[in-house]
Amino acid sequence: MAESSQQHIDIHVEFSGGAELLFDKVKEHEVKLSHDNNPWTIRKLLVWIKENLLKERPELFVQEDTVRPGILILVNDADWELVGELEYEIQNKDRIIFISTLHGG
Amino acid sequence: MPVACRMCGGPAVLKRPKTGDAVCKDCFFYAFENEVNYTITNGNLFKRGDRVAVGASGGKDSTVLAYILKLLNERHDYGIELILLSVDEGITGYRDDSLETVKRNQHQYDLPLKIVSYEDLYGWTMDAIVKQIGLKNNCTFCGVFRRQALDRGAMLLKANKIATGHNADDIAETVLMNVLRGDIARLRRCTAITTGAEGGLPRCKPLKYTYEKEIVMYAYFKKLDYFSTECIYSPNAYRGHARTYLKDLERIRPSSIIDLIHSGESLSIKKDVKMPVQGTCTRCGYISSNAICKACTLLEGLNKGLPKLAIGKSNKSRRLLDAASQSSDSTNENTPPKEKKKDVTF
Repeated sequence: MAESSQQHIDIHVEFSGGAELLFDKVKEHEVKLSHDNNPWTIRKLLVWIKENLLKERPELFVQEDTVRPGILILVNDADWELVGELEYEIQNKDRIIFISTLHGG
Repeated sequence: MPVACRMCGGPAVLKRPKTGDAVCKDCFFYAFENEVNYTITNGNLFKRGDRVAVGASGGKDSTVLAYILKLLNERHDYGIELILLSVDEGITGYRDDSLETVKRNQHQYDLPLKIVSYEDLYGWTMDAIVKQIGLKNNCTFCGVFRRQALDRGAMLLKANKIATGHNADDIAETVLMNVLRGDIARLRRCTAITTGAEGGLPRCKPLKYTYEKEIVMYAYFKKLDYFSTECIYSPNAYRGHARTYLKDLERIRPSSIIDLIHSGESLSIKKDVKMPVQGTCTRCGYISSNAICKACTLLEGLNKGLPKLAIGKSNKSRRLLDAASQSSDSTNENTPPKEKKKDVTF
């Protein structure tokens, strides 16, 4: 009989490019996601971030069930578009970075 | 299972919006740099001996621009001189921070730097202007003043060309904005890769076909230092609406951005559309389609306490200016405002 696996997964979440302003200017976050019946997808993480980390103006970070257009997401230094975007299943020790591009150049 | 790079088969890190191709880091650098080089050589943006003032704000576009121009100049022997040129509009909490970034860029890229300020050039900081006119139409003032400031700064540097970091997203937004506003004259000019050769200094946009997403990714992977906050006055800008729309469109069809630019480039104007004729300002000599250029008119308004002067149609400006000059002596630009005129109705 298999032992139950870890109770949670640990991931590193970062906000930059101005996105950190929505999170009290804190860029780096160590996040513990507890297991439940559903796998932790980016879609689920976004909801979690909105409810637990976001400090202000949610409309600048999320749009409906996805991230606001203009905010890039990197999973382990790779474009989220390459790993399934919202459907990507987060693994233990993943590094997820949100970079806003919505500002002057 | 990692996606393979289209070019070399290695592990891909980015999906290119322009092509939909997955590419690895090194192939991305290679493609990005080669494309900018192609844009520069194909558009004849520089010739040997050019002294180029690089508009540098400390933001992502100008940081990547400075980095890549220096790299390509060395790699492909353009034979040009590069100088960083920064404009201090006097926006506390925004510009003072980003100027610190430009100063770091100066050392990181080993390029000389010149900073010109609105305070010195016009006698007004943006903070002071916003205090005077309120939170609407700020970008009109800032944009007009900045263009002149860049020209004047470049002339002080004895540069013969200006390069700015406008990217594909910016230009696509501008095309959209000009269509929405019916500004045919600007619509015709805005996709040109080099502009202003008639008056002022020619200015070019080497990053014209570069997607904003790729600029950010290039800066990220190369660990380039840039400052990223929205100008505190920008939430009220009209451009924000065009940008939001464009970003939504990009998500559905990533090539929209480059296609919009292509549409803008391909437009021709019907013969019977009235176009303004470009001349020079009778006050300062700067290029202008009216007798008095926009910057002079705006300054006149600020100094006379007529904040809405030059916002909106130009014939109203002329009427207002005439009315104002009939009831006061002619002033020079740096006279502080006299008693403020009461609400001027349009």
